[in-house]
Amino acid sequence: MTVMGLRAKHQRLVLLGVALAVLLVAGLLAAWALRNQASYFYVPSEILSKPPEADRSVRLGGMVVRGSMKDAPDGVTVNFLVTDGKQQVPVRFAGIRPALFVEGAGVVAEGHWTNGLFTADNLLAKHDEKYTPREMQGMTTDQAHKTIAETK
Amino acid sequence: MLAELGLAMLWLAAALAGLQLVAGSLALTKNGEGMGGIVRPVAVVQGVLAASAFLALIWLFVQTDTSVKLVAENSHSAKPLIYKIAGTWGNHEGSMLLWVTVMGLAGGFVALVERRLPERTMLATLAGQAFVSLGFYAFLLLASNPFQRLNPAPMEGNGLNPLLQDPGLAFHPPTLYLGYVGLSIAFSFAIGALVTREVGPDFARAMRPWVLGAWIFLTLGITAGSYWAYYMLGWGGWWFWDPVENASLMPWLAATALLHSASVLAARNALRAWTVMLGVVAFSMSMIGTFLVRSGILTSVHAFAVDPKRGGFILALLAINIGAALVLFALRAGTVTEGERFEVTSREASLVFNNIMLTSILGIVLLGTLYPLVTEAMGVKVSVGPPYFTPMSAVFAVPMLVVLAIGPLLRWRHDRFKRVSPVLIAPLAVTIIAAIGFAVSGVTSIMSLIALSLAPGLAVASLLPLKGRNLLRAPLSLWGMVIAHLGLAVALFGMGADGAFTTERLIAARVGESVDVGPWQVKLGAISPVAGPNWTALEADLVASYDGDAPDNLTPQSRTFWAPPQTTSVSALHTRWNGQLYTVLGEEAHDASSKAMPTGRWQLRLWWKPFVPMIWLGGVLVALGGLLALFSRVRQDLKRRTVRARGDVRRVDREEREAA
Repeated sequence: MTVMGLRAKHQRLVLLGVALAVLLVAGLLAAWALRNQASYFYVPSEILSKPPEADRSVRLGGMVVRGSMKDAPDGVTVNFLVTDGKQQVPVRFAGIRPALFVEGAGVVAEGHWTNGLFTADNLLAKHDEKYTPREMQGMTTDQAHKTIAETK
Repeated sequence: MLAELGLAMLWLAAALAGLQLVAGSLALTKNGEGMGGIVRPVAVVQGVLAASAFLALIWLFVQTDTSVKLVAENSHSAKPLIYKIAGTWGNHEGSMLLWVTVMGLAGGFVALVERRLPERTMLATLAGQAFVSLGFYAFLLLASNPFQRLNPAPMEGNGLNPLLQDPGLAFHPPTLYLGYVGLSIAFSFAIGALVTREVGPDFARAMRPWVLGAWIFLTLGITAGSYWAYYMLGWGGWWFWDPVENASLMPWLAATALLHSASVLAARNALRAWTVMLGVVAFSMSMIGTFLVRSGILTSVHAFAVDPKRGGFILALLAINIGAALVLFALRAGTVTEGERFEVTSREASLVFNNIMLTSILGIVLLGTLYPLVTEAMGVKVSVGPPYFTPMSAVFAVPMLVVLAIGPLLRWRHDRFKRVSPVLIAPLAVTIIAAIGFAVSGVTSIMSLIALSLAPGLAVASLLPLKGRNLLRAPLSLWGMVIAHLGLAVALFGMGADGAFTTERLIAARVGESVDVGPWQVKLGAISPVAGPNWTALEADLVASYDGDAPDNLTPQSRTFWAPPQTTSVSALHTRWNGQLYTVLGEEAHDASSKAMPTGRWQLRLWWKPFVPMIWLGGVLVALGGLLALFSRVRQDLKRRTVRARGDVRRVDREEREAA
């Protein structure tokens, strides 16, 4: 247990070795966990063609289809459709809706995909004119305008 | 006119930073020693000029001078004064000006008061500080000029994002920036010490108060930011692992490690190269955080504007600063002589363990934050959230907390575990009792159970260093450590309690209806319209009674701003000694069949959060501990200075007498 016997140079090497080993373990753990825990971003056509496992937390992004928002009798649950211009999928959310969550606008839902229904735990709506969820930037330019034009 | 003056002062400050760099570097050479005299005054004037430019911008915001583009885009004449002032730094350009201001003032302050180190090291330090500042001046002046005019001037400004119209904003960003940029001092000290190879206890003692100061501001900034997000965003969460939160957590982790390794270096002259390395890493993390936030490269509510030019600029700055520092470190680390040795059971070893764990957590957070960027480069879009960050950081945080309970009891250099083990029975017993108690009472979440059982044991252990001492005579720095560690235990308990005991109700209630949440009975008394200076709101009058006690009133609002037009919900909180009732008002529930029909039912989201405020109380305690330590260090230093000055006077007297 004694390090006093070691020469000064050796102690430095031992410390360096321990630090590097632990950091390496941390890095490997992180890499392993990231592969398992990162939540992937889907648009409706992707989630239909390659559905994620039900226990996996994922994000779904798209535009809320106009006229699709239906309130449930409990007053807090809302069902709506999200589209990427090609396909549309049903989403259910219970909670207080973000202010900019409206029909025809962009939304990113966090939650789970089970049996053809996306249950959202959280909705990220556009916070203001300047803020667009990054995942949707590609879409809002061309597809979004088309989507809005189609649903008008 | 004022805008042009501000811009001129900014250019002048940048020029002085250039002079400071050149003079400081020349003074280190044989022929340029004469230049040394001007470095300190130049640093002070540079800081004053940057601060004046910042004051000019604040004044433009106060006046709502819409001929300045930044004001027109971010302010509005109808805003309350405090948000006009706070709006100065609630945008990209203004916050970068705040950054260089803090950096200039910190450099000037160091130049003014720091006299402990050899003058050569100080010159190298100030030159290093000027080098880093120059990059940020260039960024400000070339890529994000805050004083740019707008022609023709619009009649009225765009207003400020309602989320930012909150007292939290007035306090939170400047505090964090003082912390971020304060770490630039540690960075410059590390550079200075590497250049002159003067890495020793004196270097650590000189650097420590600056690191402590920055660390206190970081701690307060993170605590305030967490509380702000908690009550502003209305999600009831206190930490989201948002990239911007991570950007503030990473420098804090590095600074915490630096603080502890600097104390080893100061007391025992060990961990020399490692401390210098951490000095470089801590400020690098601040810059990486800024890059992530300001470049808009990651999705975040904090990302102001996405401008690829800016992102590239900051990335280049980052590469130059961190790259140069690391090259210097690689060249000089070998020549930094080996420090003192120590054994596995010693205070040093436990601090080394703490450092390695903190660095590992830092690595975990950094990898998780950058991972979305890496995968996006490969065409896959992912987001990384709590399921990754929480357990992965706990893997390293838990062993660190266990060692935190033991380390302060160990002696420097070498000790026997047998000596301290009898004292540790008390915290161990408390931990076991807590674990059994909470497990039996039905806490099922493993993470919460670990936090809830570890926290009481840690609290007891953190007080142990005071055992057997006269409490009034115990050194202030010891009190600082005890309170900071106790704060950590308090915060940990709050975090565990949030996961374990929180109860939530989501309901659409009629006026007059009562809702139960935990021990509370909450009655929706009325819904009424209210108006503020630049908003109107619907306000719910909630009458809440805890376990049949006398009722308390809460008034959450759904608030609509008209500049810019948007709605946010303003939560209402009621704090008791044992927790917080959190209420949010949503919109009026729509009828399932027809949208237009009012239903008279209002969406309410209620949480009973036992012991959750302990999270922020703990954060404040940690900062208070830091403040006590800082106070004691500064006092010691002043005492040493006066003693030395007196000694000098006496010596001169004696010499004069002997000469006579």
